[in-house]
Amino acid sequence: MSTGNFTRRGLLKTSAVAGAGLALPTYLSAANHSGFTNAPGDSTVTLGFNVPQSGPYADEGADELRAYELAVEHLNGGGDGGMMGTFSSDALKGNGILGRKVEYVTGDTQTKSDAARASAKSMIEKDGAVMITGGSSSGVAVAVQALCQEAGIIFMAGLTHSNDTTGKDKRANGFRHFFNSYMSGAALAPVLAANYGTDRKAYHLTADYNWGYTTEEAVKSSTEAMGWETVAAVKTPLTQTDFSSYIAPVLQSGADVLVLNHYGGNMVNSLTNAVQFGLRDKLVNDKNFEIIVPLYSRLMAKGAGANVKGIFGSTNWHWSLTDEGSKAFVKSFGTKYGFPPSQAAHTCYVQTLLYADAVERAGSFAPCAVVEALEGFEFDGLGNGKTLYRAEDHQCFKDVLVVKGKENPDNEFDLLEIVEVTPAAQVTYAPDHPQFAGGALGTCNNGA
Amino acid sequence: MDAIILQILNGLDKGSAYALIALGLTLIFGTLGVVNFAHGALFMIGAFCAVTLSRIISVSHTVIDETRTDFLGNPMKVEVPYVHGWFGVETGDALIDWAVPLSIIFAIPVMILIGVIMERGLIKHFYKRPHADQILVTFGLAIVLQEIIKYYYGANPIPTPAPEAFTGSFDFGAMLGFDPNTIIYPYWRLVYFAFAAIIIGAVFAFLQFTTFGMVVRAGMADRETVGLLGINIDKRFTIMFGLAAAVAGLAGVMYTPINSPNYHMGMDFLVLSFVVVVVGGMGSLPGAVLAGFLLGILESFASMRQVIEIIPGINQVIIYLVAIIILLTRPRGLMGRKGVMEE
Amino acid sequence: MFGLEKKDARLLLLVLALTMFAPFILNPFPEGSGWAQFNAGYPDLMQRFVIFGIFAIGFNILFGLTGYLSFGHAAFLGVGSYSAVWMFKLLSMNVLPAIALAVVTAGIFALIIGYVSLRRSGIYFSILTLAFAQMSFALAYSVLTPITGGETGLQLALDDPRILDGAAHAAGNIPVPGLFGLEMRDSAELVLGAWVFTFNIGYYFSAFVMLASFYLAIRIFRSPFGMMLRAIKSNQQRLNYTGLNPRPYTLAAFVISGMYAGLAGGLMASMDPLAGAERMFWTASGEVVLMTILGGVGTLIGPVLGAGMIKYMENILSKINSDILHTWFAFLPDGLENLLVTLVYPFIGKGWHLTLGILFMLVVIFLPGGLVEGGQRIAKLFGRKKAKDTDGGADAANSTTPAE
Repeated sequence: MSTGNFTRRGLLKTSAVAGAGLALPTYLSAANHSGFTNAPGDSTVTLGFNVPQSGPYADEGADELRAYELAVEHLNGGGDGGMMGTFSSDALKGNGILGRKVEYVTGDTQTKSDAARASAKSMIEKDGAVMITGGSSSGVAVAVQALCQEAGIIFMAGLTHSNDTTGKDKRANGFRHFFNSYMSGAALAPVLAANYGTDRKAYHLTADYNWGYTTEEAVKSSTEAMGWETVAAVKTPLTQTDFSSYIAPVLQSGADVLVLNHYGGNMVNSLTNAVQFGLRDKLVNDKNFEIIVPLYSRLMAKGAGANVKGIFGSTNWHWSLTDEGSKAFVKSFGTKYGFPPSQAAHTCYVQTLLYADAVERAGSFAPCAVVEALEGFEFDGLGNGKTLYRAEDHQCFKDVLVVKGKENPDNEFDLLEIVEVTPAAQVTYAPDHPQFAGGALGTCNNGA
Repeated sequence: MDAIILQILNGLDKGSAYALIALGLTLIFGTLGVVNFAHGALFMIGAFCAVTLSRIISVSHTVIDETRTDFLGNPMKVEVPYVHGWFGVETGDALIDWAVPLSIIFAIPVMILIGVIMERGLIKHFYKRPHADQILVTFGLAIVLQEIIKYYYGANPIPTPAPEAFTGSFDFGAMLGFDPNTIIYPYWRLVYFAFAAIIIGAVFAFLQFTTFGMVVRAGMADRETVGLLGINIDKRFTIMFGLAAAVAGLAGVMYTPINSPNYHMGMDFLVLSFVVVVVGGMGSLPGAVLAGFLLGILESFASMRQVIEIIPGINQVIIYLVAIIILLTRPRGLMGRKGVMEE
Repeated sequence: MFGLEKKDARLLLLVLALTMFAPFILNPFPEGSGWAQFNAGYPDLMQRFVIFGIFAIGFNILFGLTGYLSFGHAAFLGVGSYSAVWMFKLLSMNVLPAIALAVVTAGIFALIIGYVSLRRSGIYFSILTLAFAQMSFALAYSVLTPITGGETGLQLALDDPRILDGAAHAAGNIPVPGLFGLEMRDSAELVLGAWVFTFNIGYYFSAFVMLASFYLAIRIFRSPFGMMLRAIKSNQQRLNYTGLNPRPYTLAAFVISGMYAGLAGGLMASMDPLAGAERMFWTASGEVVLMTILGGVGTLIGPVLGAGMIKYMENILSKINSDILHTWFAFLPDGLENLLVTLVYPFIGKGWHLTLGILFMLVVIFLPGGLVEGGQRIAKLFGRKKAKDTDGGADAANSTTPAE
């Protein structure tokens, strides 16, 4: 009945005195009567939405939370059902998950791996969450994923773009719908070659941490395969706010393309600085100087303002897509909140539906059953075309969008335009690709 | 050679930002003896004065344009700024374009007011309290100010561009006889540098050549004696606090086109500016300015890729490394006086 | 008792009772009720309370006694965490060697940094420690990624060697830290009517470590060495004139307090085997300063209270969202309900920082001696004769204004 011999005896005594005692093993320990951690009761099931609510990514976190609230509403049968109507799987009935009403708890990751784990732990230990999802950085995703693996909880990653999340740090209980650095590079390179030619000299500025490294490597290798030359790659500190001293020497190096492997505030500032220096008005090697931002998000584009105009990048999803799934999602999100959803909101909404659907199909909340239902699952109608959740690394393979900052935006949300939808086949890689080498998925954990 | 000239330019520019903030911090510390952890927040509020003014100028009324549709397929709502109606489209657009420089006029009274309220309402009660208490209370205030801004403006950076006329950059290379395009520098950053130089000069002139400044300097040296002479030093200190707040705020206003302002920009600068102040020597105005430029230039050199290739990670730590070396070789920073904050 | 004076012994017993019964004390509200949100009696938070308590107690040995304000103490906590995780990776999942290594490495780091920084005093000392800590953070986050794991933090992997454990663990899942077979994450539950109480092994292990650290801190405070440190704080010059060199004493205090931080870091890694670089960022160093001042500088129990307060707000307040607010005020008429929700909303959930800031200001303005002074005032209010004995703020009594 219990594994904790250490406290159990004292406990039983206390309970006997109190007269109404019943000792049970808890969430994180083995041999729960239901066989897995935090098995939900008969009427409700609790999901944990762990998003940044303070710190620089708070706005992105707020948008993720909006998407989660919408997903919960739809799962419980409220609203217009959103993408549940276009989803290729019809296991979801709008009566909660396995007949249980969906409830949720929220937490603040602060975009710090420690704080994110503390928040996730409280959801697991205190609130009895059976699945954790959310986050807006790879550091947080990897840290929380490892925690969920240990605790026997399913983790549905939010926005995380580093190769490591489903590469060297992959875990059996963790799943990522969002695309990754490799896919960005593979999707961008052909478009760049078509627009800027195959004879270019690139200068990389890279955020000096894991995500930056994988993105630089991905973009470098795929552009070099197209014939580009990499002149230099300079690492910039995470805490840097003024990038002038990194950008000023770019022209002297003879490079004619600047690649900014930055995200969030770093990207907003480095792009603003680069445009300020007038780099884009210069002619180098008889070619127009160009700037590229491998990972775009609409919120970042908003922060950078007019500076994004004409700049190429990639994104997981954009609200101007016209497939049925995207249209349905934009409609229900826009009706509820008054503006179109961001890509972070989209991936979070989709992850929640995918989890709920997998539970329905498996007929159980047990993590191992959910893992089995998600592994190798092929679906459509969730905004990115036909998609595969690959069993080997729990990464989704789907179309990737190459976008460009719009020249004449219609409104404050209309900042990016889709240049090309790169088909999934073109961004698919072997599970043992060198950029994803190391690490092991392990086996799924029910909390035993 | 051209690379070195370029980084010196960069360093001067970065340094002027550090020096401006450090100057304000030192003014408050030197005159009032208060360690003001909310100084970064004042810088941030200055930046948001610019954001606010540009929003006020572009306050719009909505016109429904039946010919276009929004993302949900409803008729598009088009925002038309009121200034278009009042001053005509051209003058209106020019006003919106020049919002940042115009904010200077707007920010000065606002910042002085905030400074005076802060001093009268809170700081005044902390003159005799230990520095640790001053740090804690001003830090608490900084968090509160920051969260209020976040509540109204969100966490995302808000683009606040410089006027059209200042876009692009000046080619020093061509002027100095190097190849064109090798030494370029954005116009707005040159403006920022000039602006910082003027403010720093004005503060020094004010303290050096006015009676007011003379009294304040005397108060900095020996507050009690000045009080005994029958001079109302408290009132002057309040005004000094307002001035320091205005300096921080103006630094923030002019900084907005360089980096889009966000609610935590003050905290980002706070630690760095404290390092600058201490390296300069607590309470020394010339020290703060000197340390600002020194650290700015060294930081710029450390970010050159030729340097990073030799010593990886040097760009991450240069400021702190230099601070340690200076403090170990010069016990009270570059120009600090003995006995100030050494207990 | 234990070589302590009567009032210190009483204080120790009080802390003993508080930590042992924490699962009850921290879970005052029945499960499922609207107030259950405020329950803090779950393992992770209870562990955090005592671990940050250790951190703050150690910091107070330096700051409270000598007056030297270190602004880089989080670096030692981070170094301790990294050492502990490396021990898990290389040697064994037993927590004892990990914690031992954490304390030792943190001690060595403290010796080096302290030796250099203590050449200066006052704010110059603070900035030196800040500079060392910021350098540690920046390097750990970036170029030292192979050693520290960088952004994602240092974590365990399936293929770690773990020499002593060998192949004792089945493949597929990473083993968890434990103490000779007792897994730190194991816990038992007690259900009493509507109440649920959780007893976690990791928590009780940390609690015992904290009691030991607390006992040691009392001994240091009351020892001749402690007197010497206080002499340094009150007048270093006079000490110099008596022919005593204060440097070895301050350095010893610095190293001890660094080792406390390392111990806290090692424990943190033992409870949750991941070490992130953010632990060393200046805000983390600032946090322990705030904990100490908030609780009461120079008092024995103050720092622990401060640590608990801040961690409680961070973990409980930040999780309240507008939905929960609506359920609280649901009994009110709609208009009033919405009004109250709108009024309260900015202070909870994502606005928890705002509440924290306001709290700092209120405490500093009205309670210069921190929470301990608050306790004393309340005790005085009730006319208790020996107020200062019971609240444990024995030291605060004679120095309500903490010197810097």
